[in-house]
Amino acid sequence: MKRVVITGVGALTPLACGVEETWSRLLNGASGAAAVRYFDARHLPCKIACEIPFGPTAEGGFTPEDWMPSRERRKLDRFIVYAMVAADQAIADAGWTPTDEAAQERTGVMIGSGIGGIETIAEGAITLKERGPRRISPFFIPAALINLCSGQVSIKYGFKGPNHAVVTACSTGAHAIGDAARIIRAGEAEVMVAGGAEAPICELSIAGFSACKALSTRFNEAPDKASRPYDRDRDGFVMGEGAGVVVLEEYDHARARGAKIYAEVLGYGMSGDAYHITSPAPDGDGGYRSMRAALKSAGLDASDIDYVNAHGTSTPMGDEIELQAVARMLGNHAASVTMSSTKSSTGHLLGAAGAIEAIFCALALRDQIAPPTLNLDNPSVETPIDLAPHQPRQRRIDVALSNSFGFGGTNASLVLGRAP
Amino acid sequence: MSDIADRVKKIVVDHLGVDEEKVVEGASFIDDLGADSLDTVELVMAFEEEFGIEIPDDAAETIQTFGDAVKFISENAANA
Repeated sequence: MKRVVITGVGALTPLACGVEETWSRLLNGASGAAAVRYFDARHLPCKIACEIPFGPTAEGGFTPEDWMPSRERRKLDRFIVYAMVAADQAIADAGWTPTDEAAQERTGVMIGSGIGGIETIAEGAITLKERGPRRISPFFIPAALINLCSGQVSIKYGFKGPNHAVVTACSTGAHAIGDAARIIRAGEAEVMVAGGAEAPICELSIAGFSACKALSTRFNEAPDKASRPYDRDRDGFVMGEGAGVVVLEEYDHARARGAKIYAEVLGYGMSGDAYHITSPAPDGDGGYRSMRAALKSAGLDASDIDYVNAHGTSTPMGDEIELQAVARMLGNHAASVTMSSTKSSTGHLLGAAGAIEAIFCALALRDQIAPPTLNLDNPSVETPIDLAPHQPRQRRIDVALSNSFGFGGTNASLVLGRAP
Repeated sequence: MSDIADRVKKIVVDHLGVDEEKVVEGASFIDDLGADSLDTVELVMAFEEEFGIEIPDDAAETIQTFGDAVKFISENAANA
């Protein structure tokens, strides 16, 4: 089987626009959470979110006009803009912009989203109701469709290989990277641009997730304390937004052109809970089987794992169920492993989460440091696993595992290794 | 007349991101100003909005150039 490596990374996150800026802020313990700015959220039970930091590009902020003129952005929901910003970064980082037809046909795109253009759809429904069908824009449908992230990136860069999109709620980003790696392993493409994007911070989706009792509601006055995975006072996740995109490449292809290599995608596993639409199975068996499948495809043993980037969304039930599943998998190796939830810093980017967390794993492997779990003051359960409270851990990391679990009981695990 | 032309020109420039000098009488939205078929639908919607008129689909199909738009609106807009 062919080997797959990561040769480019791009991210727009609640911490910063740009991978290195996001990474340094993550290691410094920054939080992306604040009161919702996009609309008046005072009437909602959850009034906080992790929004993209608008500001000068040179300072790690997001200046939309620097990436795309407003007349183009007008035709896209924000989640597609975010996907294109992250893809632009990743493609530039990889230095892969082929102009010959054969190379373009061997390059594909697989960027997904959990929800897609929910804000565009919500506004379209209001327009329809108040002003009638003739006021619906011809760009309404292509602005909201999830696979238009992959479509827009392929159109911009002329990537004519497999063009696909994953939609698996909060597992989307991990599934997209895993599936794209498989396409390369199977020899169907040499390069894949893969990841996830999400722009869920609007009144309709906060109302919807609130109704599911999924969001934190007790920290509206202290937003940076709200995302606190494994802590006894956690009460739900904090919604985030943004995109993460990687360039995956067949190893020999990358080596032949002298590409910089961040990490290798060693394994990928999937499973279904077959239990409940929003709650994880209490025994954690779905997550456990997903991790086991990823290890099996990597040809590794649980004792090979050094770092786990947890799904860890800061919900009362989910965190402990995942922790138990990881402990079960690690067995007596548990005390040697560091596991952190970077959602304590970024919030939960839903369909983009697995993609930015795979990037964090790649950087953890590169820099030999595990990012911290913020706000973990009083763990709700005892565990031999080091949860990296408050501070990053400088340590040996040869193999990293990233978990993503989504509504509907869909689980994905990626295993990454140091650059070969 | 010139007021209508100015208002139409501003809409075209805003929507298509073209230089004002290129928006001349015979300029075709698709062939000269870089619009695609969806852009032309949106342009017609913007004209309807700006001038408070309804442009039926069969009429919209005859509006191919900047001049066509100005002519149609001049003949049909009560408040222009």
